[in-house]
Amino acid sequence: MGARDGGRLRWRSQNSHGMIRIENLKKNYRTIEALKGVNLQVGEGEIFAYLGPNGSGKTTTIKILTGLASPSSGDAYLSGYHILRQTLDAKRQCGLVPQTINLDHELTVYENLNIHGKLFHMRRRERLSRIDELLEYVDIKERRDSPVKQLSGGMKRRVMVARALMHAPRILFLDEPTVGLDPTIRRKIWSLVKKIQQSGSTIFLTTHYIEEAEFLADRVAFLEAGRIVALDAPQAMMGRLGAWAMDEIVNGEMETTYFKGREEANRHVALQKGSFALRRVNLEDVFLSVTGKKVQP
Amino acid sequence: MRGCLAVYEREMLILKKKLARQLASMSVGPILYLIAFGLGMGKDVQVHGRPYLEFLIPGLVAMSSMTQAFAIASEINIARFYWRIFEEFQAAPIRNIAYVTGEVLAGITRGLLSIGVILLIALIAGIALSYNLFFWLAVVLNSFVFASLAVCMAMLVRSHADQALLTNFFITPMAFLGGTFFPVDRMPLWVQKVLDFLPLTHAAHAIRGAAYGETPQPFSYLLLAGLGGMLFVLAFYCVSKAKE
Repeated sequence: MGARDGGRLRWRSQNSHGMIRIENLKKNYRTIEALKGVNLQVGEGEIFAYLGPNGSGKTTTIKILTGLASPSSGDAYLSGYHILRQTLDAKRQCGLVPQTINLDHELTVYENLNIHGKLFHMRRRERLSRIDELLEYVDIKERRDSPVKQLSGGMKRRVMVARALMHAPRILFLDEPTVGLDPTIRRKIWSLVKKIQQSGSTIFLTTHYIEEAEFLADRVAFLEAGRIVALDAPQAMMGRLGAWAMDEIVNGEMETTYFKGREEANRHVALQKGSFALRRVNLEDVFLSVTGKKVQP
Repeated sequence: MRGCLAVYEREMLILKKKLARQLASMSVGPILYLIAFGLGMGKDVQVHGRPYLEFLIPGLVAMSSMTQAFAIASEINIARFYWRIFEEFQAAPIRNIAYVTGEVLAGITRGLLSIGVILLIALIAGIALSYNLFFWLAVVLNSFVFASLAVCMAMLVRSHADQALLTNFFITPMAFLGGTFFPVDRMPLWVQKVLDFLPLTHAAHAIRGAAYGETPQPFSYLLLAGLGGMLFVLAFYCVSKAKE
């Protein structure tokens, strides 16, 4: 599936329904080029992770796709609707969980979800049943009438996911959904994301947690300085580098050597004199090999 | 339409949650002005042949509907910069006009609520004025002008501090110079000409005339309606611009 293109990995869609289609998308903020011509397609029911360091253009892409910002040029379609020419139809297709918590803290969980349902033109009966269903789904039903300001960070995140799912969107955008959460809560959110995927939704996820992308994503795109520098399934990307990696300090610099199998790694390790660490290859290694930089800011 | 109602309902829910605090805050200003300017100046002071308190109450109505309708800008700012709720509206399939209409209606409601507080105070103070259709029309138009201005300003500013600056430069001078506490016709002619450009001067004039039971002068009403309409359209463009 992966194909080399000028030294960079590209994924060619073979059976994608193109729930998200982005063509040569560019965004300039005065003199800064935030996006420099992004092209990609995300298929139906897929979890697609968009990785990159801070400032690489991840949030800008999501903002454009969800109608929070306008592109400078290029096209994008959500479930076949053009984001600028069919804006309202395109917005109906997607739910958004932004990076920062943007719930009404004065209002209760129920009121937050109810207002969202009204904004998406849902009828009263539909809203009421959907709120109960979703609060059970994200396991927060007992806090239905609590003001949001009384909830913990993890609970607020789950309420945001429930809110984004209120109008049953076909595509769910998650912008750094677990940032700032402790590992236990983070894993709860991951389970929730998998559950949402099983219900048939397409998920577009930005993160700079490598393990999050590895665990959740069917495909991953690496973004650097507004460009996609690699795009493929995580296992395929990592498989091209090897299965094992050995980190060692050489002349004060960290160097990593990759091995196809454990035996090859063990043979190399046996010859080592200095300190080293042997571990499995991860997506961070892929990003490093493509860009020479780390994903973490 | 449903989008507009959702935006309006959200503002009303927030207002309801802090209604007691809001009503107390809306009462402080008028009570202080009544004590300081009304009772302090004595019952013997007359303006245009009427007791000063009868002159003051319609002025306070004009001022309060202006400040409370304009206060929607602060609510929008809190939603935009602090809670980031504005993103929720922008990601929803509603037109910008629905958002502007919802916020302007919320501003008008706040304006009307503050008038209720003043009229109650006037009733307690034993001041009887005519609260006829033209009185309420002038109040609604005045609130419409300043709620629309509030949406424009809320979209143009970049922080809470900018918002406070705009209030100090535009709203506070207008509150004192727009015929609220003293008759504009007692000012030098050139000052009168300057004050004629302030919408509050026309609002105070229309509200006072209606409260006195005089025949309304269409010019003030038309001017407020025209200005309100222009600011409403401008608010729509400012919301579109705020996306960037």
